[in-house]
Amino acid sequence: MTTLTRNPSSREQNPKRTLLNRKLPGTRSDVRIALFFIAPAMIGFVLFYLVPTVRGIYLSFTEYNILGDPEWIGLENYQAIAKDPLFWNSLAVTGQYVVLNIALQTTLALGLALLMHQVAKSTIIRGALLLPYLMSNVIAALLWFWMLDYQIGVVNQFIEWAGLPRAAFFGSEEWAIPTQALINTWRHMGYTALLIFAGLQSIPGHVYEVAKLDGASAWQTFRKITIPLLRPVLVLVLVVTVIGSFQVFDTVAVTTGGGPVNATRVIQYYIYQRAFTESDFGYGSAIAVILFLILALVAFIQMKFLKGNESDLD
Amino acid sequence: MMKMKATGALAAAAAAVLALSACGSGGGSAEAGKGEISYWLWDANQLPAYQQCADDFTKANPDITVKITQRGWDDYWSTLTNGFVGGTAPDVFTNHLGRYGELAENKQLLAIDDAVAKDKVDLSAYNEGLADLWVGQDGKRYGLPKDWDTIGLFYNKDMLTAAGISEDQMKDLTWNPEDGGSYEKVIAHLTVDKAGKRGDEPGFDKNNVQVYGLGLNGGGDSSGQTEWSYLTNTTGWSHTDKNPWGTHYNYDDPKFQESMQWFAGLADKGYMPKLETTVGASMADTFAAGKSAINAHGSWMIGQYTGYKGIQVGIAPTPVGPEGKRASMFNGLADSIWAGTKKKDASIKWVEYLASSACQDVVASKAVVFPALKASSDKAAAAFQAKGVDVTAFTEHVKNKTTFLYPITDNTAKVKGIMEPAMDAVVSGKAPVSSLTAANEQVNALFK
Repeated sequence: MTTLTRNPSSREQNPKRTLLNRKLPGTRSDVRIALFFIAPAMIGFVLFYLVPTVRGIYLSFTEYNILGDPEWIGLENYQAIAKDPLFWNSLAVTGQYVVLNIALQTTLALGLALLMHQVAKSTIIRGALLLPYLMSNVIAALLWFWMLDYQIGVVNQFIEWAGLPRAAFFGSEEWAIPTQALINTWRHMGYTALLIFAGLQSIPGHVYEVAKLDGASAWQTFRKITIPLLRPVLVLVLVVTVIGSFQVFDTVAVTTGGGPVNATRVIQYYIYQRAFTESDFGYGSAIAVILFLILALVAFIQMKFLKGNESDLD
Repeated sequence: MMKMKATGALAAAAAAVLALSACGSGGGSAEAGKGEISYWLWDANQLPAYQQCADDFTKANPDITVKITQRGWDDYWSTLTNGFVGGTAPDVFTNHLGRYGELAENKQLLAIDDAVAKDKVDLSAYNEGLADLWVGQDGKRYGLPKDWDTIGLFYNKDMLTAAGISEDQMKDLTWNPEDGGSYEKVIAHLTVDKAGKRGDEPGFDKNNVQVYGLGLNGGGDSSGQTEWSYLTNTTGWSHTDKNPWGTHYNYDDPKFQESMQWFAGLADKGYMPKLETTVGASMADTFAAGKSAINAHGSWMIGQYTGYKGIQVGIAPTPVGPEGKRASMFNGLADSIWAGTKKKDASIKWVEYLASSACQDVVASKAVVFPALKASSDKAAAAFQAKGVDVTAFTEHVKNKTTFLYPITDNTAKVKGIMEPAMDAVVSGKAPVSSLTAANEQVNALFK
């Protein structure tokens, strides 16, 4: 806007040129500088996101085994997916995982964040909460895979000492998904807590003072002040963690590999299986596109109904 | 800062373009008979033997060097596929029967018939059937055999003694799908519950088992290589209508389903661990931890089973089936050449060397696997004997011709994708054996 008013004299002299002026000389150099600054991110975005996404969408309409050439088959992949019981199973299994993972993770992270905010002020303790997150997903999964092993895992040894029957944490269809949801909750809650903690710090202290003066209880303060003022951060955290949760893959890949039977054949693992193991890249891409649409919809709903882009502080 | 990032990204992009174009132009003559060739394998246990082969090879052919890369089985095939697409695949690599059909069909493998004829490679010197496995559906040869494996029963000698079962008894086991024969009797007797009661004694508590008579590796997916094929294939059943290159699978055969019913029933009786408890630690490790008395496993595991400290291990042949014969899956590996190699002549020389007695005797002397050449196989058996391991259980399958081939067909990855959950459901008792009929229909639909 400022560029338009920079040169008022020319506007009077030549109204026709000012029209051009509005669009060209003033902004041209800005565009160039802007492009220059945007370029690094743009190159990365185009190379690693846009091109693969567009190609993925194209491949979803083809039959492609990676070693040959893609062959256009229209909507056949999508029609087959609609009738594929394993696809619907993967949606159900993934849904189960996401609900367990997000509910636990967000609740625990909120609790941890409140503790960090009000009780545990030592940097060491706050840092320690983040430790599981610093571990690679695969290492975390394998660590628990061994500790929870039915035959020789330490956890089952403790369970037996406590007089309870051993549990097949990864091997039984009932436990396999909850186990993996818990492992990833353990790994991610510190990081999620840190995000929420940052949100808590942005709530001005005086609102709490006023609440105290009005005689609000701790629970009332939490419900009426903390949660509403934290909402934008919570929504952001939810959008990010839900998307991440839907894409669970590594934990499954290094432990159960989709089994027992189909109990942990989550959507990402099923995509991997179809595309990379069974060389059906067209089919895999089509499921990936569907997942993309689901995630876009979920994120949209979250932003829309939880009003993530508005703050009650204003 | 930003400027540096931008130039950095540009430099990276430029480097990528250079690297891409280098793929297209480099390499020189397509027929090159010298220089460095790359070779991949997946078994770390065999690396020292093949490294020595490579050194000997370079000594005999000073203008060719071989760079060996070992990659774990889990990464091996996806990295290889990426290499085919990206142009960075190795010149020569260890190939598997379950994979090579699809690779040949996608024109990733070099046919070596001319070289084999010209260099007069004696295909009859290999153990019977091994060389034929590597002739594709188009009648062309895509590899020379390097080794083979069969199935045997590893058992814990101390547990046998405690149960009063002699090692001679183990050599004469029989099996049938109705009552399991003497095989089931031995398994039941070797099973011990927490109170010390054996599996065939009254009052045996099948829900609190201390030692299982038979270990379980998994559901066995499409091949059941070490899990059940040594039983199912003694009944006259076979995986496919013909082998290699069958186009019809037989998981709907009542004979097969009856055998699987017996197999899944072992877990029910408490003689074999439930499938859900086997996800995690390997079957061999749980054997070493004293949780099972007998494990059916492949000859490539000899080193691991006999290597555990504090456990005396014996090896018995698989049981004799209802048709009066034993049966073992016969699997073999070969070395293949990538169709996109820039050093065809050197690669052929290396593959022929790998398949020659010069290299296979070296492999035999390390006593890790059985080489494909008959003469070298005998040397390997002697090398195992020198280590104090009697491997007759594995070699007699070959000697007595009681082997059947690993099922070689198209669509093997997809067949496995269907059969893995289906078999898991049956072996874990979650689905009746008759559910295999529906899975079989799905499998056979792939071939239409």
